[in-house]
Amino acid sequence: MNFSPKYSEKVFENKKRNADEFGEIALELRRDIIKSLALAKSGHSGGSLGIADILSVLYFGGYLNIDPLDSKNSLRDKFVLSAGHLAPVLYSALARRGFFPIDYLPTLRKLGSKLQGHPGYDMNLPGIESSTGSLGHGISIAVGMAMATKLIDKTKQKIFCLTGDGELQEGLVWEAAMCAANYKMDNLCWIVDNNDCQIDGRVKDVMSIYPLKEKFESFGCNVIEIDGHNYDEIMSAFDKYIENMENNSGKPMVIIAQTFMGKGVSYMEDKYEWHGNPPNVEQAIIALKDLGEEYSN
Amino acid sequence: MKEFKLLGSKPTRHGFGMGLVELGERYDNVVVLGGDITGSVMTSFFRDKFPERFFSIGIAEQNATTIAAGLALSGKIPFFSSYSAFAAFRNADQIRISMCYNEANVKIGGGHSGITVGPDGATHQSLEEVSLLRAMPNLTLIVPADYEESRKATIAIGEMHGPAYLRFGRSPVPMFTSVEDSFEIGKATQLTEGNEVAIIACGLMVWEAVLAAQELYKRKGIKARVINNSSIKPIDYETITKAAMECGCIVTAEEHQVHGGLGSAVAEVVVKNFPVPMEFVGMKDRFGGSGEPEELMVHFGLTWKEIYASALKSIERKEKGFIGVRKLTEIESMID
Ligand SMILES: Cc1ncc(C[n+]2csc(CCOP(=O)(O)OP(=O)(O)O)c2C)c(N)n1
Repeated sequence: MNFSPKYSEKVFENKKRNADEFGEIALELRRDIIKSLALAKSGHSGGSLGIADILSVLYFGGYLNIDPLDSKNSLRDKFVLSAGHLAPVLYSALARRGFFPIDYLPTLRKLGSKLQGHPGYDMNLPGIESSTGSLGHGISIAVGMAMATKLIDKTKQKIFCLTGDGELQEGLVWEAAMCAANYKMDNLCWIVDNNDCQIDGRVKDVMSIYPLKEKFESFGCNVIEIDGHNYDEIMSAFDKYIENMENNSGKPMVIIAQTFMGKGVSYMEDKYEWHGNPPNVEQAIIALKDLGEEYSN
Repeated sequence: MKEFKLLGSKPTRHGFGMGLVELGERYDNVVVLGGDITGSVMTSFFRDKFPERFFSIGIAEQNATTIAAGLALSGKIPFFSSYSAFAAFRNADQIRISMCYNEANVKIGGGHSGITVGPDGATHQSLEEVSLLRAMPNLTLIVPADYEESRKATIAIGEMHGPAYLRFGRSPVPMFTSVEDSFEIGKATQLTEGNEVAIIACGLMVWEAVLAAQELYKRKGIKARVINNSSIKPIDYETITKAAMECGCIVTAEEHQVHGGLGSAVAEVVVKNFPVPMEFVGMKDRFGGSGEPEELMVHFGLTWKEIYASALKSIERKEKGFIGVRKLTEIESMID
């Protein structure tokens, strides 16, 4: 069956919003993910859908100070997607903030596309702050960026990073945590996508990382646990991070976000089997229906 | 020209998975460590059959490699497998010291290697590990050409003592070696008769080399000697030197950077023993990108066509009595 989905032309502003305004944006991101992955015939559906709410608040809720017209501004905030395989949702967020044309989205993972399977810094895609895809690198990159702004440039830039929970099995991640606390990187906001899913199964079965909150606390971080699909809780966590930074708490902020892999698409929800698979055409049509769009060819 | 009977196509990773199961049946002390992608690198076959000898280590390649060394120093034969992008680079220090310097009996299966991993893109397309690994003392390094050879090589590295690395791929490749063909570590196999040019390849480029040889014969009547050099280390000095002596020019072909891989290994043998003109087919010092495997092979010049063109060029240089450039303006780099 021929699948030629239409992408809406909507772009959204980055501004303070009420919680009920994010739903529409997150739906748009989720539809983009489904369409692009079905067209690409490969890629990571589950995790991308799972963090769509968090990225909606981050990119469209006035938290990340970045400007599509001046994407290399040296005083900008930065977001590093350490879980590089979740690139589809990042691409969608950037396109819908106007960083590049929405037309790019259907080229995901195709030969010659700037939208590589994992973000490629050498693609010169506005809004991408680092190549990621080898798990664990992104958070150390973010610590380096946090050190550059706070310790060297003495500027006030917010540095956000998102890691998976399976990703926390990498030793590098804990070296980054140690270093962030050691250098009192209270300007670092580390979001953990705690969906308890990875490729081989549940995180606790593959290699337990728990107890998580206590681990981060013992490393010297401030930790908040939230429902990663609740916009009020996501906003309040980001507010606390900004407070943490402004009060010079001296501690990195860790937000452990409970999420569901595949959130928003009924048959994918909480199923680790959807970590690395795209929907086929029939599945994509069902998914789009779940996301409020009737597919018509 | 020898006809090859194709027996369909299968990924080399399946050969690895099946080989592991056979090893598990033969030896009680074979154990497998998982790195969260057991279903991709086919250690799942072993896990399902011998769950008590399978240990999930999580996404922790450095730890898995070092734990494997500890197991090996306790009399086990541990296999750890992940994508080559992470099973050769993330843990390079651990491979060098805990595995190789200890002469620990650790085996690593590096899966999803090369450009043909496809749409995941450059981060996942390992194209440098042959260069890195063949410099490691004590390490045996094998790059099998098809399913059957991958299965046999898995068994062979399991049955030898010492650290070993098997590099295999994700996508299906033509099966042209048979169950009866022998596989021996340290031996290259000659696939076609010919004295005009030698094409020395490894991995999925061996089949491309066969295709190039067929075209050379069909279009130009040129008889090329195709050599499957799956044993990168130890390398078969005799077969390679003989090829240089008898053919007088060599083309190497690999799904890897042209710097430091099979081509460099062959050049070392040739320059030391019997220098002849050489051409190198491989990735030209650049990162890959997303795309479908066949598309990428065409895009980055990793097909029989580049081998064919390189063969003609090397023959021309041989016929001109090439012993080096005559003018400095004729110098070519590895990526020209
Ligand atoms: C260093 C490294 N090892 C292995 C992989 C392969 N890999 C990609 S995603 C993934 C699982 C990640 O799990 P998690 O962080 O929980 O992400 P989620 O499944 O929730 O998307 C693995 C093992 C990788 N990309 N990098």
